[in-house]
Amino acid sequence: MKITFAEGLAKAVYESLAADPRVVLIGSSFMGLNMTARKLMEPAVRDYSDRMLVTPVSELALAGAGIGAAMCGQRPVVDLGTGSFIYQAFAQVANEAANIHYMSGGQSSAPVTFYCLAGMRGMGAAQHSQRTQAMLGQVPGLQVLTPGGADDAYQLLKWCLLKSQNPTVFICHSLLFTETSEIAADEPMLPVGQARIRRQGTDLSIIASSITVPRAMAAAEILDKKHGVAAEVVDLRSIVPLDRETILKSVAKTGRVVIADECHKSFGVAAEIAATIAEEGFSYLTAPLIRVVVADVPIPFSQPLEEELTVSPDKIVAAALKVLGN
Amino acid sequence: MSAAGLQQLQEMLKIRRFEEQCIALARADKLPGHYHVYIGQEATAVAACAALAPEDFIFSTWRNHGHLLARGASPVKMLAEILGRSGGYASGKSGTLHLSAGELGVPSTSALVGGSLPLATGAALACKRSGKGIAVAFFGDAALEEGAFYESMIIAQVWQVPILFICENNSIPPKERKRGQYTSSTLPAERLGDVPQALQVPSEAVDGTDVAAMNECFARLTAEVRGGGGPRFVEVCCSRWPGNIMTWPELPGGEWQIDWAFGGKPDHEGMATWLESDPLQRYLKKLVAAGTLDRAQVEAMDAAVLKEIAGAAKLALESPFPPASDAYRHVFAAQEARL
Repeated sequence: MKITFAEGLAKAVYESLAADPRVVLIGSSFMGLNMTARKLMEPAVRDYSDRMLVTPVSELALAGAGIGAAMCGQRPVVDLGTGSFIYQAFAQVANEAANIHYMSGGQSSAPVTFYCLAGMRGMGAAQHSQRTQAMLGQVPGLQVLTPGGADDAYQLLKWCLLKSQNPTVFICHSLLFTETSEIAADEPMLPVGQARIRRQGTDLSIIASSITVPRAMAAAEILDKKHGVAAEVVDLRSIVPLDRETILKSVAKTGRVVIADECHKSFGVAAEIAATIAEEGFSYLTAPLIRVVVADVPIPFSQPLEEELTVSPDKIVAAALKVLGN
Repeated sequence: MSAAGLQQLQEMLKIRRFEEQCIALARADKLPGHYHVYIGQEATAVAACAALAPEDFIFSTWRNHGHLLARGASPVKMLAEILGRSGGYASGKSGTLHLSAGELGVPSTSALVGGSLPLATGAALACKRSGKGIAVAFFGDAALEEGAFYESMIIAQVWQVPILFICENNSIPPKERKRGQYTSSTLPAERLGDVPQALQVPSEAVDGTDVAAMNECFARLTAEVRGGGGPRFVEVCCSRWPGNIMTWPELPGGEWQIDWAFGGKPDHEGMATWLESDPLQRYLKKLVAAGTLDRAQVEAMDAAVLKEIAGAAKLALESPFPPASDAYRHVFAAQEARL
């Protein structure tokens, strides 16, 4: 069955509501401002509106209420809206949810999902374009899931709502909504914490997640067609847990690495991967790796300025050719 | 009244002696780190917890010892936790700041001002959805200075969840309260309850030194909340115990003496004045005046409490520290990695 990313999200929400009465939606604007995609939520609204709570613009307390309800037996998903708004809720997400299992010595756990649409979405400007996965990765106790394809949008979100026993920040990118994947109903899902090889290759590894997954795939296609280069694309799927093993295996195979990520360069997701490769896979490298990431500047409004900073397929191709010594 | 009254007296006394034990352990360099004690507020926790059922949840703050003891927590496991030992409720991970006891409906304690309020509101949502129990949030007056308070009031009211917000205003006695003082609320409101009242959350105030008034108040408010009436807010007017005014708790005039309730005076002026606002002493005097118990019975009760707490401290000190490998445990709860 072929589905889009947005369909995957809506399907995960609907099926989770149907499967478990403890699933409750604290906010339900999963599709953001995308009016077409919003229609996909209509079946859930029709059948389960009693489990969709009215939400004042109170991100901090909504996040906290999700945690509290989760600790006391519910399985809430808190829709924080635009990813940048997680800052409004940060005290509860980073300092309560993440710590509860640990500081209670394992007595309590908080299986709450914080959902948001994050990333450089086009004219979001500085305050609506934040990508927070790198800084959230600095908070032990939080799972950070970043689907880059429709298959994972569906399976990872459904897993969060039905199976996860830990607090999760689920970071979607609104520019992924129309991406499509095949989902085989009888195939078990790839475990959470395992990266997905989106494309096999032998010449170089492109490590990507979220929006950089389709861009890395596009770059790999260009590299193949125009340059005769076989690039492997590793889709991380989750920043926490980070699948270091699959990254290192791919690097061992190819010896050359481009890391494509939409976080800022310094202290970012790409920085962590580069450090991992330096520590544990240095001998595999036949050339220095390159990070294709966003410069350490806020995101500007004006389109050409935003494009200047965007991680594009062209930038990934250029980096790949440089790593390959072309 | 007398059996229940005696039990409440005993519980208050136990909290008082437990906190004095903490101060003694800290002075002996056995309790590392900063800590906060509940002396002078014992009646609030005891009266509030008397109105609760086993399925209810309570949420507290860094000043949580009294709430847990009143909920029935083990002094041994509490002290072991406060000392960072493996025998503690969280095997040494929480210390005093985040004391929790899952089996008593104390799932997590935030040491951030206002931090527990959203959590408690969410617990109340879970209660509403499961049709079982209510949530009680204990917090200080400073929590009203946090956005978390305001947001929690809004969603508790909009969702009509079963929660009782108990604000223990332990500022300097109301008449003497000076705005801007380090230890007191700087909230520019005449009455704390005006803030939730503006959001349609029914609010009232009660004297935190009057056990009978609080028993009546909490029984009535928890019944309203349990009956589906939505959230309630109550300001408990306490007077800050002089030992809590310094950065680290101290015992002005030494440990509390039964004799102070029978005409004796502490050798500390601030303490002597404050004793008029001491809920424990007030309640004790009331019970003695009513003939419920006499001095000899008070002394016997106190001796038993002191013995229990001393025994708890001994066991807590005997509990080993956790192994270093424990630092890596409990970051994540166990789970299946796929659907």
